[in-house]
Amino acid sequence: MSAYLTAANTMRTTRIITVKTESPTVKTFIVKDTLCSKAKPGQFLMLWAPRVDEIPLSILDAGDGAVSVAVKAVGEATRALHMLKSGDTVGVRGPFGTSFTENDGRILLAGGGTGTAPLLFLAKKLAAKVKRLIFVMGAKTKDELLFLREIEALCTGKSVVAATEDGSYGLKCLATEPLEALFAQEKFDMVYTCGPELMVRKVFELAEQHGVAVEASLERLMRCSIGICGSCVIGKYRVCRDGPVFNATRLREVTAELGVSKLGFDGARIPI
Amino acid sequence: MNSHRLNLNFAGLNLKSPTALASGILGYSAESMQSIVEAGAGALVTKSVGLKPRTGYANPTVIQAKCGLINAMGLPNPGIDTYVHEIRHAKTILTVPLIVSVYGFSAEEYAATAHKAAEAGADAIELNVSCPHVKETGSEIGQNPALLAEVVKKVKATVHTPVIVKLSPNVTDITATAEAAVKAGADALTAVNTIKAMAIDAETALPILSNKRGGLSGPAIKPVALRCVYDIYEKVKAPIMGCGGVTTWRDAVEFLLAGASAVQIGTAIALRNSSVFEAVNRGVSAYLRKKGFRSVNEIVGLSHRS
Ligand SMILES: Cc1cc2nc3c(=O)[nH]c(=O)nc-3n(C[C@H](O)[C@H](O)[C@H](O)COP(=O)(O)OP(=O)(O)OC[C@H]3O[C@@H](n4cnc5c(N)ncnc54)[C@H](O)[C@@H]3O)c2cc1C
Ligand SMILES: Cc1cc2nc3c(=O)[nH]c(=O)nc-3n(C[C@H](O)[C@H](O)[C@H](O)COP(=O)(O)O)c2cc1C
Ligand code: FES
Repeated sequence: MSAYLTAANTMRTTRIITVKTESPTVKTFIVKDTLCSKAKPGQFLMLWAPRVDEIPLSILDAGDGAVSVAVKAVGEATRALHMLKSGDTVGVRGPFGTSFTENDGRILLAGGGTGTAPLLFLAKKLAAKVKRLIFVMGAKTKDELLFLREIEALCTGKSVVAATEDGSYGLKCLATEPLEALFAQEKFDMVYTCGPELMVRKVFELAEQHGVAVEASLERLMRCSIGICGSCVIGKYRVCRDGPVFNATRLREVTAELGVSKLGFDGARIPI
Repeated sequence: MNSHRLNLNFAGLNLKSPTALASGILGYSAESMQSIVEAGAGALVTKSVGLKPRTGYANPTVIQAKCGLINAMGLPNPGIDTYVHEIRHAKTILTVPLIVSVYGFSAEEYAATAHKAAEAGADAIELNVSCPHVKETGSEIGQNPALLAEVVKKVKATVHTPVIVKLSPNVTDITATAEAAVKAGADALTAVNTIKAMAIDAETALPILSNKRGGLSGPAIKPVALRCVYDIYEKVKAPIMGCGGVTTWRDAVEFLLAGASAVQIGTAIALRNSSVFEAVNRGVSAYLRKKGFRSVNEIVGLSHRS
C-alpha cells in the first residue's frame, strides 16, 4: 500500500444500505464506501460500531461505490452489528492487506464458516475464466452453510462439495475429508483456503504433499490494521499488512504458529 | 548496507546505524523485531512492559489523522514475568542492542520490572514515563520532576545496564524534566513520546478512540520533537535519541543537527513500511559523504554552532 493511501485512509462514517440475514448467526451488510468498493478478493476492512468496537472483516463483494461484509455474531461487537439496520451509521477504514492472486487452470477453493466470504468474492472473479472450479465448504449444520445457492450457481454441476458435521446437508463429516479424496483424485493448479485455522493448516499440508500451489487467508487479533501495533504478528509477518493472504513460501515460514498459537489481547502467546 | 560512517556509540551501546525502532511498534515478538533489524534498524526498543499483564483498551485504538496517527492502545502487554521468555529468545537471534521499555505505577514497580528485564538480557532499559493515555503512569510521572527523579534513582540502584528516560512533550519546559532525569542518574534521554490529541466524528458526534484521548505521532509532531531535542541539547549533557515523525533521511539529519545522537522510528513504518530504515540510513550516509563528514557523530548538534 502506498504512503499516500495509508495516510489518506482515515476512518469515514457511512450509512448501511442493506442488511440481509444469511443464516441463524450470519448477516451481510452492504455499506457505501468509494475506497473499499475498489477492494480485491482477500482484502479486509475495519468496521466501527460506534460506542462499541472496531473489528476486521473480510470483504465479501465490492463495486459500484459499495462494499459488503458477512458478520457472524460471536461476541459484543458482532452482536452489536447484528442490531443495526439500513440507514444506521458505521465507520469504515480500508481496504487493507494482500489479495488472492487470480490464477488460471484447475482451481480448488476450500472454505469453512465465514471463511467462505472472501472465497465467494474470489470465485466470482474466477468463474468465467478458469478451466475448472471446485468449491469445498464445511459447516456444523445446513443452516450454517453460507452462500450455498450463490456458490452452486457459480460452480455449476457437481463442483460444489458440501460437508456438515450433523449430516443435514451433503456429506456427514469435516470438510477436510472430501479434500483428501479430491487431492488424491485430481491434479489442481491452485488451491485457495480460508476458515478455521486447523482446517487451513490441513489444506496447506495436503497441498504441500501433492505439490499444489496454495494461498491461505489467515486471521489474527487486529488493532491498527496498518502494520505498526504488532497485535497480529505470525512469525516475522504481520497478518494485517504482509497478509491476510499468504502463499506457500510464507506459510512454510510460519508453521511453528499456524494452527498452533497466536497473540492474545495482552500480547502473550495463547494456543489456538 | 553497512557504512562505517553510520556506526555510533549510544550510552555504551554499539549501533550499526542511527535508526532505532521506537517503543510500541511491533515490539512483542522476537521474530518481528528481527525483521526490523533485517530492514536496517541499529537498535530496538520493545513494547512497554509492566509488572502485570494488561489487555489494553477496546478498538478503535489507532486511527489515521491527516499528518500522522492518534493512538490509545492502553499499554497492552503480557507482563514482565511472561515477557522475559521473549527477551531471552530475542537475545539468541537479534544482532543489535535490545532496549526494553518499562512502565510502572510506582517507583518500586519500575525498578522491579527493569530488574527482571535486565536479568533476562536487556542491553538497556528505557523508562516510559510519558505515555499520555494511561492514568497514574506515563506522563503523570514524566510531568513531575520530583517523582521522575525518584523513579530514575530507584531503577539506577537496581540495574547495571544503561537507563534511558523517554520524555513527554506534554510539559511547559522539557529541559526541566530532562535535567531532573539526568541529575538522578539517567544515562540518556529519548525525546519525545506522543502529544496528547483526539479525534471526533462529525456524523455521530462521538470521539472515535474508545479511550477518547490519545497521543499524536508522525509527521505532524516532527517540528515539536525537533524543538524539544534542540532545547535539551542546549541545557543537558546526555546523549539523546530523537523521536517523533522521522519519515525520511532529511528528518533524521535534522534531528542529528538539533543534537540527537540517533533517532527512533515508529509511525513511518505504517506510512512507508519497514523499508524506511534502509532508506533513511542510505540517505544519511549519502548526506555525510556529500558534505565531507567521516562519521555521523560529527554532525550531532551542529546546528547549535552559530
Ligand atoms: C482478517 C480478518 C478477517 C475476518 N473476517 C471476518 C468475516 O468476514 N466475518 C466474520 O464474522 N468475522 C471475521 N473475522 C473475525 C472477526 O473480526 C471477529 O469475530 C470479531 O472481531 C469478534 O468480535 P466480538 O466483539 O463480536 O467478539 P469477542 O467476544 O470480542 O471475541 C470473540 C473472538 O473474536 C476474535 N476477535 C475479537 N476482536 C478481534 C479483533 N479486533 N481482531 C481479530 N479478532 C478479534 C478473538 O479471537 C476473540 O476470541 C475476521 C478476522 C480477521 C482478522
Ligand atoms: C501504535 C503506537 C504504540 C505506541 N506504544 C508506545 C509504548 O508502548 N511505549 C512508548 O514509550 N511509546 C509508545 N509509542 C510512542 C512511540 O514510541 C513514539 O514515541 C511516537 O510514536 C513518536 O514517534 P513516531 O512519530 O516516529 O511514531 C507508541 C506509538 C504508536 C503510534
Ligand atoms: S493490526 Fe496492528 S500490526 Fe497488524
